[in-house]
Amino acid sequence: MAFRLKLVPDETHIDFFRWRWLTNGVSIVAMIVSVIFIVTMGLNFGIDFKGGTTIRTESSNAFEVAEYREALSGLNLSDLSITEVFDPGFGPDRHVAQIRIGTENETGSVTPEELNRIESALKVVDPQVTFASVESVGPKVSGELIKTALYAVGAATIGILLYIWLRFEWQFAVGAVVALIHDVLLTVGIFAAFQIRFDLSTIAALLTILGYSVNDTVVVFDRLRENLVKFKTMPLIDVMNLTVNETLSRTVMTGVTTALALGAMLIWGGDVIRGFVFAMFWGVGVGIYSTVYLAKNIVLSLGVRRDWDKPVRGEKKELDELSGTPFQDAP
Amino acid sequence: MVQISAWKRIVIVGLILLGLLYAMPNLFYQRVESHNDAVVAAERAGFETPEQAAARSLWPGWLPSSLVSLGLDLRGGAHLLGEVNTAEVYASRMTALWPELRDALAESRDVIGPVRRVKGPADQLLVEIGNPDQMARAVEIARKLAAPVTSLTGAGASTLDITAQGSTLVVQLSAAEKAATDDRTIQQSLEIVRRRVDEVGTREPTIQRQGKDRILIQVPGIGSAEELKALIGTTAKLTFNPVIGRGTDPNASPGLGNIVVPAMDEPGVYYTLAEAPVVTGEDLTDARPSFDQNGAPAVDFRFGPQGARRFGAYTSANVGQPFAIVLDNQVISAPVIRQAITTGSGQISGAMDVAESNQLAVLLRAGALPAEMTFLEERTIGPELGQDSIDAGRKSAMIATVLVVGYMIASYGLFGVFASVAVITNVILILSIMSAMGATLTLPGIAGIVLTVGTAVDANVIIYERIREELRAGKTVVKAINDGFGEAMSAIIDANLTTFIAALVMFFLGSGPVKGFAVTLTIGLITSVFTAIYFTRLMIVMWLEWRKPKTLIL
Repeated sequence: MAFRLKLVPDETHIDFFRWRWLTNGVSIVAMIVSVIFIVTMGLNFGIDFKGGTTIRTESSNAFEVAEYREALSGLNLSDLSITEVFDPGFGPDRHVAQIRIGTENETGSVTPEELNRIESALKVVDPQVTFASVESVGPKVSGELIKTALYAVGAATIGILLYIWLRFEWQFAVGAVVALIHDVLLTVGIFAAFQIRFDLSTIAALLTILGYSVNDTVVVFDRLRENLVKFKTMPLIDVMNLTVNETLSRTVMTGVTTALALGAMLIWGGDVIRGFVFAMFWGVGVGIYSTVYLAKNIVLSLGVRRDWDKPVRGEKKELDELSGTPFQDAP
Repeated sequence: MVQISAWKRIVIVGLILLGLLYAMPNLFYQRVESHNDAVVAAERAGFETPEQAAARSLWPGWLPSSLVSLGLDLRGGAHLLGEVNTAEVYASRMTALWPELRDALAESRDVIGPVRRVKGPADQLLVEIGNPDQMARAVEIARKLAAPVTSLTGAGASTLDITAQGSTLVVQLSAAEKAATDDRTIQQSLEIVRRRVDEVGTREPTIQRQGKDRILIQVPGIGSAEELKALIGTTAKLTFNPVIGRGTDPNASPGLGNIVVPAMDEPGVYYTLAEAPVVTGEDLTDARPSFDQNGAPAVDFRFGPQGARRFGAYTSANVGQPFAIVLDNQVISAPVIRQAITTGSGQISGAMDVAESNQLAVLLRAGALPAEMTFLEERTIGPELGQDSIDAGRKSAMIATVLVVGYMIASYGLFGVFASVAVITNVILILSIMSAMGATLTLPGIAGIVLTVGTAVDANVIIYERIREELRAGKTVVKAINDGFGEAMSAIIDANLTTFIAALVMFFLGSGPVKGFAVTLTIGLITSVFTAIYFTRLMIVMWLEWRKPKTLIL
């Protein structure tokens, strides 16, 4: 027999509901912790949402953040923050820093004179320093961007909710959306916990997570619907367990390929995009968890109408309902 | 599911070959780019230089030559989001209306008494009437100056809103006219920004209206946002005004109809000028950088026939008097008219260097912005950073592909090879569609492609897992494959549609890089469904027909 890498055996009989109280509890605790992080620590908003200026400096000389801070201290810049950026791809003679300056005026931009003063001040401590990028966003735009971002996440969630409701039953839609909120909260939470920069691309990552997490959930639901028709008298909990076991191999396969792709991007994709990729990486992982446990737990607790209306059986169903006889099991 | 008709096979293979053909130019990016640049430049100029001919011959003309355009974050360049101060135009409309209104009211002076303009908000014209009891008559006269609004939505409305407040006549633009004016102002600004950017001749600038009163400008290859701002942020409003007086007090009361304007080169000197200009920059037909008689940089300009006539008439009537050349509310110079200037040409000289005289000539040629622009967002991305991002993106995409392909083959053997071929085809198809559409690839877009490499196999995984189950249930190879594809279809469609919803939202609400990501994600969804459902199936079916396997280990 040819070799096949199988992370999941052909047939599994894992009882995914046995630890229901635990998995539900973990999800609830994780969501609460995320909210606490978000509220107490706040998000490290990038200039897209907060306004201000960021300068990315590059230099062939090693530098100390303190040196840069010292050099810029005389310039009277408001809300100055300097962080050194690390990346495995940089090599020994590449040193990158991210300088952030708060908003000072309407347009949020530093004037060219100010930029020149910053550059010459840094040149004093490090003659090799160059500005790789300078970005400014005014408070007016950043306010609007926050609004648009919230609309975007809201609109995507409602769109997905409606779609699943149309395709499946409302219980499925609720389950999927609770799973979505769980995934988004946990992702935003980790951004707060580690103070990773939260900007416009993070929102794009969140929307992707929404899409991916639902994608996963939908595949399981699709199978569940099929099994509910196939095994009419089997208790709901057993049908669900069977379904997850049947789709487990696919869930793991796709999870691994996605993780491989995103992992490569996370390691070799460069520092500019790392926050974005990290959000997706994390979100996809959380998404798999919420599909296997959370979404189904919710559907289970809400219960599902079992008299599925298959179009082929439409007429028979009406008769059955009239005569009050229960369905027979499908062979 | 295991029967595919011959014409379907031809269509599937044909589409893929077409995709390969359209993606190919991206392999020779630099070559094709110089070819395209040469073609465009030669078309513009109307003739072809030998260098352009050489660049053009780098790529055969009969092959597709559209490339994936690279976003600013990959190519480097400047990005600006400007807001046009549309209300400014209301004020200048009122200023322009005053002489006309004054003359109209003066005709009925015996009825309504003397009139004078009083200070008020900039977008209103306040006129005090000598005989307030004849206000109705004054309103009637003013109404005659109004015209129907010329716009689709404001049809039927009047341009002016005229009311009376005690003894004061209040004239302002009506809401419909304001809306129509705003629209014209933005259109004009867009046009002028475009002309100015085109004058500098960079490749593929993006100049778009955003929302009600904003303009997005992206220029690849330009050194910095500051440079771009200097080019398009300057209003470049040129006027020639009669000089009333010269002094050192910026707060001097100029008298109604006059303005105080600072001198550009002489600090502390202020000119009092008549507000209504003799001629304006709009009357110019040409402006070129040159040198004055002392060899200092200057700008030569020429008026059109109308402007030349007005300028000639004014200068011949005012020999010996000074007049001022005013640029963006600063007096560049105030020479004395020595003789009537009827040739319609002249020279602006003052403290400027060669680069500044070049820029001024560009600005004058392109025309003045109708209103001032403030910048809400500026971004400069250095070309090196962009190149680094491309390199990192390419490297990680390759590693991701190798890892995913390896894993798929290890898991599914020959069928894994099929899926891998499909995934690589998928990436090529994404690139070809983006090239053909002229879509922009951004750094998040690259991440989107890499993500697609991971998720595109999903459809194949769903199908293969299904086939495995069918095989375990004891079905024959052909039957298992047939049912596997059939049963997996609804899951694949549902799963991709939900991602599509998210991508759609991103596209409509997102901007810049987010939009770029949404575009790649959407294209990736479509192509991955195509490659997974059609292409993989075709490969499997052909394998079935060739080997006619009795058993299958999947």
